Amino acid sequence: MAENTDARDAVGDYRYGFHDPENHTIRFDSGLSEQVVRDISALKDEPEWMTELRVKAYNHFANRPMPTWGNMSMLEDIDFDAITYFLKSSNQTENDWEDVPEDIRNTFDRLGIPEAEQKWLSGVTAQYESEAVYHSIREDLEEQGVIFLDMDSGLKEYPELVKKWFCTVVPYADNKFSALNTAVWSGGSFIYVPKGVHVEMPVQAYFRINAKNMGQFERTLIIADEGSSIHYVEGCTAPTYSTDSLHSAVVELIALPGAHIRYSTVQNWSANVYNLVTKRAVAHENAVVEWVDGNIGSKLTMKYPAVILKGEGAHAEVISVAYSGKGQHQDAGAKIHHLASNTTSKILSKSISKDGGRGSYRGMVQVSKKAQNCKVNVVCDALILDEGSRSDTYPTMEISNPTCRSEHEASVSKVSDEQVFYLMARGHSEEEALALIVNGFFEPFTRELPMEYAVEMNKLMALEMEGSIG
Amino acid sequence: MSNEPILRIADLHVCIDDTQILKGVSLEIMPGEVHALMGRNGSGKSTLANVLMGHPAYEITGGTIEFLGEDLAEMEPWERARAGVFLSFQYPQAVPGLQVGNFLRKTVQALRGDDSPSAREFRQELNNAMSELDVSKQFLGRYVNDGFSGGEKKRFEILQLLLSKPKLAVLDETDSGLDIDALQTVAKGINASMGSESGCLIITHYQRILDHVNPSHVHIMIDGEFVKSGGPELALAVEEKGYEWLS
Ligand SMILES: Nc1ncnc2c1ncn2[C@@H]1O[C@H](COP(=O)(O)OP(=O)(O)OP(=O)(O)O)[C@@H](O)[C@H]1O
Ligand SMILES: [Mg+2]
Repeated sequence: MAENTDARDAVGDYRYGFHDPENHTIRFDSGLSEQVVRDISALKDEPEWMTELRVKAYNHFANRPMPTWGNMSMLEDIDFDAITYFLKSSNQTENDWEDVPEDIRNTFDRLGIPEAEQKWLSGVTAQYESEAVYHSIREDLEEQGVIFLDMDSGLKEYPELVKKWFCTVVPYADNKFSALNTAVWSGGSFIYVPKGVHVEMPVQAYFRINAKNMGQFERTLIIADEGSSIHYVEGCTAPTYSTDSLHSAVVELIALPGAHIRYSTVQNWSANVYNLVTKRAVAHENAVVEWVDGNIGSKLTMKYPAVILKGEGAHAEVISVAYSGKGQHQDAGAKIHHLASNTTSKILSKSISKDGGRGSYRGMVQVSKKAQNCKVNVVCDALILDEGSRSDTYPTMEISNPTCRSEHEASVSKVSDEQVFYLMARGHSEEEALALIVNGFFEPFTRELPMEYAVEMNKLMALEMEGSIG
Repeated sequence: MSNEPILRIADLHVCIDDTQILKGVSLEIMPGEVHALMGRNGSGKSTLANVLMGHPAYEITGGTIEFLGEDLAEMEPWERARAGVFLSFQYPQAVPGLQVGNFLRKTVQALRGDDSPSAREFRQELNNAMSELDVSKQFLGRYVNDGFSGGEKKRFEILQLLLSKPKLAVLDETDSGLDIDALQTVAKGINASMGSESGCLIITHYQRILDHVNPSHVHIMIDGEFVKSGGPELALAVEEKGYEWLS
């Protein structure tokens, strides 16, 4: 076993850790300045308001100190000057898979896209480094007026719609990393679902970092108009390099009255990616927003999907799982703001830590004074697989209205030897037994995913359990 | 019938946390035989069952266990399972989130390897086993032993027994906590799983189950030793007189 472990340490056990030769059409020098920001905007031929917004955001980023929570020592290690802020791999967004440059196509083929598209999904955007390289949407959706574009194309084709909503849910000055994203964003998805339209099948985006020291700063904006519904799924991977990459996305969701948005993520960045993401939604009257958020990879993730329940009767749900292995810290959670009466929210957080990994749940639920009869339910479960691994919870509840009904449960458990023995007695090796237990623990999350993501997720966890017995 | 025993235990000594629990147990089970093991609480019956399955907490300090001529002590629990040893647990463990249907499929795949049935064949086999044991379809969507009643757990163990088709079945108090009808169903399952080439060790406190499974041998364990072995009449004697006269 020890031999096995050493070999894994040497080559890395990250399944998606292959990388293609880096062929770029445009690569900016590393480091960030106002000029770099202006250059990115100029290259994209953006309207002036966007350029100015980027510059303002850059200045805010440059002056804003690092967060003083999460994992400060890991955050201090980020070398912003070593990161490349823009890198373009392909000259345009292709609509036909065959037209995508071959090395990029190889990567996505290995990741199982676009097979996924054919089988399950309404539309697919694949983003490689900074920009979208492949994009498709089913014709029937297009006919119903659904807009599904990469964010750059969205800005070009629907400038007024973008201007109306961009930065309204996550202001650029919200935090240091939302400022950084606003300054240098590139790619991401722009989606508009017209009134009453139900997108039955999930739409998908895939993000991949291939180059070393790369920053990926996608920006996603989804607007679901009254009474419409959509399920958006994103997956993220990167190859394993010895130096760190930075992924800092901003996602804004707007669920207008009666709309339903579900946003699912399976994040499996390699163990040298900083994943610092701001995700926030606004839910109007009777709207429903669900974040289904899985964090398996990365070195440090700090991510707290948020919902602002702005209209009466709105409902928010955040189901998240986090797996922290060796050298990893997943600082994840949820934030819900009940601003209106009769709003309800549910948070389910599950975390597993192993091999000295650290999982933290950081949650915040606020109920404002004038919000009557709200309901809040928070459940946090942690599973610790070995000594030396760690799990913490930092739940905050600020309830300013006495009519609120709130429930909060937290549990920390360990895998019992008897449980493992029971499964081994059924013919499963110790690793397989652990994988069954771990996947069972994550099941309330996995069952919410489209089938093939669920299968993928189970395989990933089984891989994480391999070589863990010694 | 072959003449090689399914199981041969010779002078087995077992410790847990430096406490001696089994103090020289010997037992031979030939193909087609059902052996019953009875004895007071805490006498070491489950210890023997767990040791046969390879529970890592128990240490064999003396003696040997041969299964079909192979040294069982050298094998990992999952290797024993794949080789044909099955243990019905006295206290089956819950695995929240692991669906019964999914678990059974994976288990059958683990046990049979390359000879695993196709999805369709498996479904057929599972349906047959479930109707034999009066288990409803809804069961498949529940989580393994999670929130099961005592009787449901035992019935689920027997469902696994039927799908595992072991050469050696060790049933640790599978009859405890069952109502009369369930007892008959479970006994039916045990009998269905037995063939002329397999053996069974059934641990119980009651004569009732033995009426249905007809053991050829009965052993009485007291304080880590077999104090008496005999035929079915021994179980009847215990039922009547208790254990006092044996110690
Ligand atoms: N981990 C342990 N440490 C110390 N003693 C143990 C441990 N596990 C079991 N024992 C002891 O071993 C003895 C035998 O236990 P075992 O479970 O084998 O009994 P049993 O015959 O199956 O009893 P029952 O009829 O109640 O099921 C008991 O005295 C028990 O307390
Ligand atoms: Mg017992």
